Amino acid sequence: MIIAERKPLEEIAAMAAPYEKVCVLGCNTCVAVCMAGGEKEAEETAALLRIHRKKNNIDGVVEVSSIERQCEYEMIDEFLEKLKEYDIIVSLACGVGVQTMVDHVPSLRVVPGLNTTSMGYPTEQGVWKENCLGCGNCVLHLTMGICPITRCCKSILNGPCGGSAEGKCELGKDVDCAWQLIHDRLAAFGRVGELAEIQPPKDWSTSHHGGARTTVREDVRIDRGE
Amino acid sequence: MIAGSKLERAINSGEFVVTGELGPPKGADIEEMKHHAEGMRNHVEAYNITDNQTAIVRTSSIACGKTLVDMDLEPIIQIVVRDRNRICIQSDVLGAHAMGIKNILCLAGDHQSFGNEPGSKGVYDIDSMQLIKGLKDMRDEKKFMGGDDVEGEFSCFLGAVENPFADPFEYRVDRLEKKIEAGASFIQTQCIFDLERFERWMELVRERGLHERCAILGGVTPMKSLGAARYMKNNVSGITIPDSLVDRLKGAEKKKEEGLKIAIETIERLKEIEGVAGVHIMAIAWEEVVPEIVERAGLYPRPKF
Repeated sequence: MIIAERKPLEEIAAMAAPYEKVCVLGCNTCVAVCMAGGEKEAEETAALLRIHRKKNNIDGVVEVSSIERQCEYEMIDEFLEKLKEYDIIVSLACGVGVQTMVDHVPSLRVVPGLNTTSMGYPTEQGVWKENCLGCGNCVLHLTMGICPITRCCKSILNGPCGGSAEGKCELGKDVDCAWQLIHDRLAAFGRVGELAEIQPPKDWSTSHHGGARTTVREDVRIDRGE
Repeated sequence: MIAGSKLERAINSGEFVVTGELGPPKGADIEEMKHHAEGMRNHVEAYNITDNQTAIVRTSSIACGKTLVDMDLEPIIQIVVRDRNRICIQSDVLGAHAMGIKNILCLAGDHQSFGNEPGSKGVYDIDSMQLIKGLKDMRDEKKFMGGDDVEGEFSCFLGAVENPFADPFEYRVDRLEKKIEAGASFIQTQCIFDLERFERWMELVRERGLHERCAILGGVTPMKSLGAARYMKNNVSGITIPDSLVDRLKGAEKKKEEGLKIAIETIERLKEIEGVAGVHIMAIAWEEVVPEIVERAGLYPRPKF
């Protein structure tokens, strides 16, 4: 899922300061699960924002709402009339949600209340780890289900590098060396010999380096006619 | 002969080879580097020129390589994959070739977060293995990484690094073999302080005959002070220094002399290890001591190559 964390309150308050009617808009899917931008966090953020504005003598109202997914036109539409009443919407969705809103309803003013950090998963309460960069050409079959593009800080395809020590990355003791993990899993399955093959340079054109990507599935498109 | 460099001739001669290392200036004054280069002129066959080592901005390794060529000295330019994509790297090595630079050492480079531009974007378009293979293919197959033909005669003597002290230990020899397969003709190792571990690694190297397929130059760094030793032990990625060595330095009255002695003893041990083709002396920030080390280790005068 998409992981995000709330921007500092000061930053959010500064973005909303010029406006009178403010909506803090939660998003109830990914960012709710990672406890950054769901209904509960939207309530909290709005409350903090009200206090902050009051202290700084900023007039106006701060209201709260939330949408199941800000990244789907249909779900935005359900709230559209209400959203149009606000001068500014502080979106607690990921960057995808913010952009879907402005793309779908260009008249809305939407600012991001979160910093979107990664695609990942929770390893324990309060800890989320990134494990996919969406490079568009998955290599997990070669690396025993551990992504070196994401989890090796140098995105090495022929690892581990000389900075790997005691299972940790040269970045520090709190970062696992992805290639040590790959090596160990290959060894456990008797496949370590596969590492002898030189993996060629990656074609990054399928990744973000090829520009923003559009995925088209002709087989599921609806022919809307002319 | 592959590229006809002095380093290549030295390695092919079977003599015990000595290479040194120079760090380009962190600014516009190149005189100090030239002074250090001059100081080792008769003591090393070639000089590694580091490529923004520890991710700190310095004068370019290729430009400093050219400076050495102009002094009639032999550079080994380092190329790291951290700062340049495959377009830039291939372009730069052709430029280096045009300026008479014949030796290239391929490596990943320390992560950009260690340096003085920690907010920079790491490139890592290719990895060090792909770099070696890519440059070998430019030379031998006359093909760029993307498949286009390389015009003219491009040549380079290719080296790589290996760290016997990194983990997983059992994979380190596999990785050396992979680098040889990729195209490395010589290997410089990470600084050797843990000789026992290095000897175990060399045993595995010999078991597979890898020492006969490439020249292995053992990395040696003299410890200038207790602080320097502790700094390397705790802060430099990929370096292991046994506590016993730190204690020896700690107990010594003259730290510098003890640091030199340790380096010289290390070289003397390396000379005795079958399959070690030479030493690579990395005395960054203590370059002036290299001639003394070479002389006291019984490696002077250097043969003519």
